[in-house]
Amino acid sequence: MSAFNAIGEEREIDRDEYTPGVEPQPTWCPGCGDFGVLKSLKQALPEVGKTPEEVLTVTGIGCSGKLNSYLDTYGFHTIHGRSLPVARAAKLANPELEVIAAGGDGDGYGIGGNHFIHTARENHDMTYIVFNNEIFGLTKGQTSPTSPKGHKSKTQPSGSAKSPLRPLSMGLNAGATYVARTAAVNPNQAKEIIKEAIEHDGFAHVDFLTQCPTWNKDARQYVPYVDVQESDDYEFDVNDRAEAAEMMRETEDVLNEGTVLTGRYYVDDESPSYTEEKKAVGEMPDQPVAERYFDEDAEWERSYDLLERHT
Amino acid sequence: MTIHSKGFRHGETKIRIRLANWPLISMSDDELIWRVSGGSGDGIDSTSQNFAKALMRSGLDVFTHRHYPSRIRGGHTYVEIRAAADEVQSRGDGYNFLLALGDSFARNPQEEAYYGNEEIKPLSENLDELREGGVIVYDEGLLSEDDVAELDLEERAEENDWHVYPVDLRGLAKEHGREVMRNTAGVGITAGLLDMQLEHIEDLMSDAMGGDILEANLEILHEAYEMVDEEFETTHDLRVPTGEHDTEQALLSGSNAIAYGAIDGGCRFIAGYPMTPWTDVFTILSQNFPDIGGVSEQVEDEIAAAALAVGASHAGAKAMSGSSGGGFALMSEPLGLAEMTETPLVLVESMRAGPSTGMPTKPEQGDLEFVLYTSQGDSSRVVFAPGTIEEAYEQTRLAFHIAWEYQIPTIIIYDQKLSGENKNVDVEFFDREPEPGLGTTLTEEELKEAAHDNSGKFERFGYEDNEKNVSKRSLPGQKGGRYLATGNEHSPVGHISEDPDNRVYQMTRRIEKLDSIREELDEEHDSNQTYFGDEDAEYGIITWGSSQGAVVEAVERLNDSGHSVKGISVSDMMPFAEAEVTEFLESVDEAMVVEMNATAQFRGLIQKELGRFGDKMTSLLKYNGNPFEPAEIVEGYEVNVAEEDREPSAQVRIEPAAGD
Repeated sequence: MSAFNAIGEEREIDRDEYTPGVEPQPTWCPGCGDFGVLKSLKQALPEVGKTPEEVLTVTGIGCSGKLNSYLDTYGFHTIHGRSLPVARAAKLANPELEVIAAGGDGDGYGIGGNHFIHTARENHDMTYIVFNNEIFGLTKGQTSPTSPKGHKSKTQPSGSAKSPLRPLSMGLNAGATYVARTAAVNPNQAKEIIKEAIEHDGFAHVDFLTQCPTWNKDARQYVPYVDVQESDDYEFDVNDRAEAAEMMRETEDVLNEGTVLTGRYYVDDESPSYTEEKKAVGEMPDQPVAERYFDEDAEWERSYDLLERHT
Repeated sequence: MTIHSKGFRHGETKIRIRLANWPLISMSDDELIWRVSGGSGDGIDSTSQNFAKALMRSGLDVFTHRHYPSRIRGGHTYVEIRAAADEVQSRGDGYNFLLALGDSFARNPQEEAYYGNEEIKPLSENLDELREGGVIVYDEGLLSEDDVAELDLEERAEENDWHVYPVDLRGLAKEHGREVMRNTAGVGITAGLLDMQLEHIEDLMSDAMGGDILEANLEILHEAYEMVDEEFETTHDLRVPTGEHDTEQALLSGSNAIAYGAIDGGCRFIAGYPMTPWTDVFTILSQNFPDIGGVSEQVEDEIAAAALAVGASHAGAKAMSGSSGGGFALMSEPLGLAEMTETPLVLVESMRAGPSTGMPTKPEQGDLEFVLYTSQGDSSRVVFAPGTIEEAYEQTRLAFHIAWEYQIPTIIIYDQKLSGENKNVDVEFFDREPEPGLGTTLTEEELKEAAHDNSGKFERFGYEDNEKNVSKRSLPGQKGGRYLATGNEHSPVGHISEDPDNRVYQMTRRIEKLDSIREELDEEHDSNQTYFGDEDAEYGIITWGSSQGAVVEAVERLNDSGHSVKGISVSDMMPFAEAEVTEFLESVDEAMVVEMNATAQFRGLIQKELGRFGDKMTSLLKYNGNPFEPAEIVEGYEVNVAEEDREPSAQVRIEPAAGD
C-alpha cells in the first residue's frame, strides 16, 4: 500500500483545479509571455491525466519563479539557479512523482548553468521549462545570457560585447533526450510540446520564448513564428542527433535576425532515464526511498551488522 | 627527560621553537607508540591499520593518528599507533618506536629546493619527537648511508639512549619478489623487537590477501621476525604491553562513526562532491547504501549537493550532505533555504586548516563561526561538535532525530583529526535499534484532520497547534497535503507574504524552535558535554571537538602532580549548552579555553552566549597544522593559569583574559 495516494489516481480532472484559490491571479505584467506557460501547463496536465497532488513544480527565482504560486500543485520555489538539483533529488527520493522544473534564462543558463548541464547529462525523467525572454525581468531589464550581442541595458551601457548562448545546442550537447522550443505566441503548439515533454521518459528541455513587453520585446516581435515540423522549408529527422544539431544551429543563428523558428528539435526515446540506469547498476532500490519510511513491514538495517570488517 | 636536538636544518623553512624543558612529562612505560613513516602512496595507511587491529585483537586499547601531505605520490607521511592496556584518548606525547620505511616517490634532492632532501625525511623528520630510550628501525635499502651519516644519528642516539637497527627491508622484499612487501618485512622486524606474537598479524593478512601473495607475505613476515632473534644484538627494553578486553572490540574512525550514526538514524540519501577530509564519510555511505536501500549521488558542486539533500528531504527521504570548509561555503544558499522552508536536513562539516585551500590534510577548528552563522539573515540551525568516536556516532544519530522532529538543518562539525583517527570501541555500543521515523511528518490519514484553507490547500505553516514551535509537514504525492514551499517569507499555505504580523509570527516561531530543542536536550537526553577531573577543582579547562582527548589526558596529569583542575568538552554549539557551561564557569576561579584556531572562536562564542566570564577565561591556541599533545596543554596551563613567568616552548599561543 502506498503512502502517496495522489499518485496514479484515476479520475476526471478539471482544469480549474490547477488554479489556486489563495492566489488565482498572477502578478505578471499585461502581455507577459509567462501567462502562456501557465496556460499551457493548465491545459496539458489534465490531458496527460495528472492530478495537482501528484505533481511537484520546482522553480527558481525571477518572474518565472512565481509559476508555482499560480499553478496549484505541490510547489517548491527554491533559490536563484537551483531549481534543478532540488527537483532531480525529489525525483530520486520518490520516482513516482511527476516533477516539473522551471525558471528563467538567467536562472537556468546563467547562474544555474552548471546544474543545467549536469541534470541534462544525467537524463533525469523530468521536464525543464526555461522561460526565455532574453532579459533579466524582475531586476528590471539587465542583459541576460540570451540577450543578443550589442544589447544595451543599464548594466551594459555600450551594448553587450558577448554573443548570446545557444540554449538548444547546449541542451543537446549536455545530454537532454527531448529538446524543443516553443513560444507564448503559439499556445496550441506550446500545449502539445509541454504534453510531450511531460510524457517523455527522460530529461525534456523546453526553451519557451516568453516575451517581456516591459523590458524587452513584445509579442509582435515573436511573430511570425515558424513551426519547423509544419513548414515545408525545413526537413530533418528529430531522432537523428546530427540533423537535430544542424537544425538547432540554424534556429539559433536566425532568432535575432527576425526569424522565430520553433518546434521539436531532438527526441531520443531509446536512452534509459537516470533512475533506470541507476537501478541497472544496483544503486537504486525498487521501492521508492520515500515509501519505505511509511512501510510498517520494512526491516531497517543497522550499523551493528556492519561491524565485522572492523573487528 | 632530555630534549632532543633542535635547530635549523638544511631544507627547513620553519623555525622550530620547541625549546628546552618540556614540563611534567610523566610518560608511561607501559605503552607503545609506534610510528611508521614513509612516503604517500607507499601503503603506510593500510600497513598501520592492520598493525593497529592486531594490537587491538591482542587485548590492547589503541588510538591512531595520521599525518600526511596533500599529495598522491611521495611526501613525508606517518601514522602513529598508541597502544596500552587502559583506554588511550589521544596520540600521547612523542612516541617510542620508529619504523622508517623510506619514501619511494621522493623528489630528487636539490640544493636550492625548499623541500630539501625528501629521501631522508622518513627518518630525519621524525627524530625530534622520539622519546628517550626509543627504538629506531630504518630501511637501509632505501635510506642511503651518506644521508644517514649527515644526520649525526649515532651521536644523537647516544645522547638520547636510542636503539638503532638498520635493516635492508627493501632487499629482503626484493628477494621475495615484490618490493612493496618491505612494509610486511618492517612489521615482522617490529614484532620481533617487541616480542609480539605473530598470530593476529597473520590472521589479518589472511583476511586481506590470498594465494601466492599471501604466501610470499607470510614468508617474509616470518623471516624478518626470526632475523631479530638470529642476527640482532638487541639493547632496548621496550616490549609490547599486554592487556585484555572484556567484550569484543571494533576499530573505527570518526568518519565511520558519523556514517554509522547516519545509517542508524534512518538516513538513506546522500549527495556530495569530493573534498578532503569530508570525502571519507561520503565514501563510506556511498559504499554501504546499495546494500541497504539508500541512494548516493556524486554531483557537480557543493551547491548542488546540499540542494539535492534539500530536494530529497522535501520529497520524503532522510537526507544528508556535507563537505569541508571550502565546499561548505557553497552550501550556504541551500542551508538558508532549508532554514526558511523548514526542511529537515543534516550536513556535516569536516574542518581542515583554512582560510581558502589552507592546509588540506591538516586539522584545525577554525570553521566554528562560519558554520554557526553562514547564509543571510538570522540563522536557525542546530550545531553539534562531537569530540570522540563514540560522540560522533551518538550526535549524528541525534542530529537526524532533531532535524526531523523540529524540521531544522542540523550540522555536525568535526575535523580532519577526528575524521581519520581510529580507536577501539565496544562492539555492543552499537547494539541498539535504528530510528527511521520521519518525525513531525503527517500521514495521509492525519492530513485529513489537519488545517486547510478554504480552497483546500494544507496549512503547512499554520498558526495553530504548533507544539514546540513546530508546524507539521506533508510530502509531495500525499493526498490532501499540497502547499507551496518557498525561500520567501510565506503565509500558512506557503504563499509569498510580506504581511508584518505573519512575518513576525513565522520568524519568531522558527527561531524559538531552538529554545524547544534546548529544552529537549536538557530534559530528555544524556548531556552531550563530557566532564573530567575532580568536580571540586579550582581551575577549569574548557575545550570542544577533537581536542577533547588531549585535554582529558592533560587534566589527569595535572591532577597527578597535585594541581586542582577539571575539564569540560562542549558539543552543543547551537543551541548552546548554556546552563552547563555557566555552572562549570561559576564553579572555577579561572578557566583556560583550548582550541585549534588563531582567533579563539569558541571562547568568543561562550562570551557571546553567556554575556559574562570574559575576565575569567584565557585561551590556549594552536594552529600550526598539528593537533594538541597533552604535554602542550599541561605546559599551557602552567604558564598561563599558574602564571609562571615564561613563554610556552611549544608552537602554541596564549591569549590573556579580556581586560588583562
